[in-house]
Parts: sequence; structure tokens; C-alpha cells
Amino acid sequence: MEVVYWPLLDLLVWGFITVYLAQYRQNLPGFVTFFIGALILWDILFRSHQGISVSFLEDVWAKNLLNLFTSPLSPAEYIFALMLVSVVKLVTVAAIMAVLAWIIYSFNIFLIGVSLVPFVLNLVVMGWAIGIITTALILRFGQEAEVLAWALGFLFMPVSAVFYPVSVLPQFLQTIAHYVPASHVFEGMRGVISSGVFPLSQLMWSSGLNAIYILAAFLFFYWNFSVVKRKGLLVRIGE
Amino acid sequence: MREPVVKVEKLTKVFKSLKAVDDVSFRIFPGEILGLLGPNGAGKTTIIHMLLGLTTPTSGDIQVFGLDLRKHRKEIVQNVNFSSSYVSMPNSLSVNESLKVFARLYKTKKREKRIQELLEAFEIAGIRDKLVRHLSSGQQTRLNLAKALINDPKVLFLDEPTASLDPDIADKTRTHLRSIKKDRNISILYTSHNMKEMEQMSDRIIFLHRGQIIAQGEPGEVIRSFGRSNLEEVFLKVAREEEA
Repeated sequence: MEVVYWPLLDLLVWGFITVYLAQYRQNLPGFVTFFIGALILWDILFRSHQGISVSFLEDVWAKNLLNLFTSPLSPAEYIFALMLVSVVKLVTVAAIMAVLAWIIYSFNIFLIGVSLVPFVLNLVVMGWAIGIITTALILRFGQEAEVLAWALGFLFMPVSAVFYPVSVLPQFLQTIAHYVPASHVFEGMRGVISSGVFPLSQLMWSSGLNAIYILAAFLFFYWNFSVVKRKGLLVRIGE
Repeated sequence: MREPVVKVEKLTKVFKSLKAVDDVSFRIFPGEILGLLGPNGAGKTTIIHMLLGLTTPTSGDIQVFGLDLRKHRKEIVQNVNFSSSYVSMPNSLSVNESLKVFARLYKTKKREKRIQELLEAFEIAGIRDKLVRHLSSGQQTRLNLAKALINDPKVLFLDEPTASLDPDIADKTRTHLRSIKKDRNISILYTSHNMKEMEQMSDRIIFLHRGQIIAQGEPGEVIRSFGRSNLEEVFLKVAREEEA
């Protein structure tokens, strides 16, 4: 991870930011709003993902997992509980970041308006889908996969158009970005800031993709959970 | 004729090329303590995990309270509980909070009263506000046992429950388990590497070796069938034959 994964992600994200800045350095619209707003919104997605995967890991580290799964709690109820925990965590983090951005940079994220709400919800749902898949992978592959609790979300950053538009990406990455809900969210947010027009099609794309991905994440978790029980791996990670 | 609360038929578990549990059948009757013993890798813990639905059997049937575990797991676990010295409680919560969590999960009636009874029974009332992460291993084991009784279970699976307790607390724990077994007619499946404890606690024992039952019956019967004077000697005989 340290040798390939993180350096590659850094190179991609910072590289595309540089390309974007080089193209628009003369008249980059709403520069501060774009970057600080994007940072806060990306953190919402990241905390939503971590709220599930790290909370799950806390149960693993506390050796509490077997107590939970020998109780009447079903796997779906457990995942819903992790989702609720993630909401509490991300609301706290987003509030702190919004206040700090206002104090330090005089940036008020709420100026974006009510159009922020459906886009933020989409970021939360995408974070949940990644978190559920991460949890399933950790259950299956154990300690070796724990790093995914932090790393998997970042895999989507270069193709989420967080700090630059999708048009900056090479064609094959643009195609991938089209199927990443976050890219529609960030493109939509840029649209709201620059033109003031609510981008309904971006919201529809993002919501549609998220509906598919969250369902797929649940199905993957359930399939994986049955494999884990068959292979006796739940016990290995739980003790 | 007494109906068993747990009925296991031809239970087998294969992990790749290893047969961890091989065609094991047994019953647990109401108010009975059944001891599972055998050397490491004999299949004791795998059997308990299959009975709890944590591991799926390769073949065989498990019925608890006359219900098929595969189809009625949620109803069954409402009246079953488990404690293991290898499992712990949420370490960022206090003793009291963690018991409350499990009381809610099991929908325990009169939660506060039940928690207070258990805190007193296991002598942890004085540390009820202490965080789980700050407990000694003995205190954690007692908390695990308190959790295992939170739903007033009819069947209890205990995997080496006294492993990290000092002799005084271990003795009190055994006394408490015997008393709840007597008062509430609870059935217990018990594993331990302490052979003296197994002899004292078990009404019946099952001796496992390489996933198979090699002897079962009352402790005295099993000891006599091996021509030894206590379970420790039986255990050593089986373990050393394996080494040889």
C-alpha cells in the first residue's frame, strides 16, 4: 500500500488538480468555494465510509463480534446500526469543519443553499456502500484487509471529480467517473456554484447509481457472510 | 421420557482437508451440565460455534428446543447464551453500559433489576462505572459471565469460562453456575482444560479426539472405562497416545 497505492493516488489527484489549474488559471470561477467546499463534502463521504468500517473494526479489536453475532441481532440490523453511528460521526465532523472553514477562511458552505441537501445525502449513501463492502472484505480476509477501512474510499477520489471537473480526466477515466455517484455530486455542486442552476440530471444519475450500489453492497455482504460462516472465518476474526 | 433441549445428529465439519468434527451425535437434557473435553484441536470449540450458528456445519442436524437451528436461529438464540474467555465486551463502554446493551439486544424484562442481580452475583457491582478496557482479565471474565446470564437463558454454552480467574473467583463462579442450574433448571455445555473442574461440574462428559467421540457418560464411568483414577489421567493418556 505504502509503495504503490498511496503514491499513485497522490499522483493522480494532485496531477489532475495541476492540469485543471493550468487550464483555468486566468479565470477560475469561485476558486475558494470550489476547493474548501469540495474538501468538506469529500470528508462527508469519507466519514460515512469510515463510520461503518472503523466502527466494525472497533468491535473486532474489542473481541465483541461473537457476542453480537450470538445474540438475536441479525447481520442487517448490525449494518443498520453501523449506518446510524456513521451519521452521528459525520454530522459531528461536518459541523466542526464547516465552523472552522467559516472562522479561518470566511467560507460559508451553507451559501450553496438547499441544493446541498440531496447531494450530501448521496455522498453519505455512497460512503455507506463502500463501508459495507469494506466490512464484508475484512470479515472474509481478516487482519490483512483492515487497511481497506481507510484506503478503499480514497480509491474513488481521482474519479470523483472532487477538486477538478470530469473533463480534465483522460477518456477512459471519464467513462469510469460516469458510473461513480460522487462525480455527479461534485459536478452538480460546481454547476450550482457557477451557474446557480440546480442540476437535476446529475442528481438523478447519482441517486440511481447509489440505489444500485447500496443494494449490491448489501447482497455482497450477505453472500460473503454465508461464505465466512461456512469457512469458519467469523470465529477467527471474532476471537 | 425427558425431551432433550439440544439434539445433535451426525454433525460434521470439514475445513478444506481437515475433518474438525466427524459424525458427532449427542443430546443435552434440561438441567444437565454436559462437559466437552479433549486435547487442543479435538473439535470442542467448533461444535460450540456450530451450536451458536457462527459456523455452518458441513452436514448433520442441530435442534434446540425441538427447532431446527438453520430455520429458527433468531427464536433459539433468544433463550440461549454464550461466554468464552477468548471473547470480550465493548471496551469503550462501562460495565453497566455494556450489560445494558446486551439486555436490550435480548429484550430482557426488568433490565435494571436483572443487571443489579448479576453485578452482585459476580462481585462486580463496585466496578459498574469502570470502562471495560480498564478491567483485569478476571473482571472481564466475570462480566462475560454476567452477560451470558442477562437473558436468563435455558441453555448456556461456556467455552473455558474460568480460564483467567483466580482460584477463589473460579470457585465462586462454579458455585454460582451450579446454583443457577439447580434453581432454574438451566442446561449447560461446558468446556475446560481444568480436568478437576470438569469432574466437579459435569453430570455427563463427552470425550473428543480428532473430531470424534471416543467416550461418553458420567465422569466416573468414563474414568473407569479408561482404567484410570481421574479425568486428568484420562486426558494425559489420550493426548500422549496422539503424540506417540
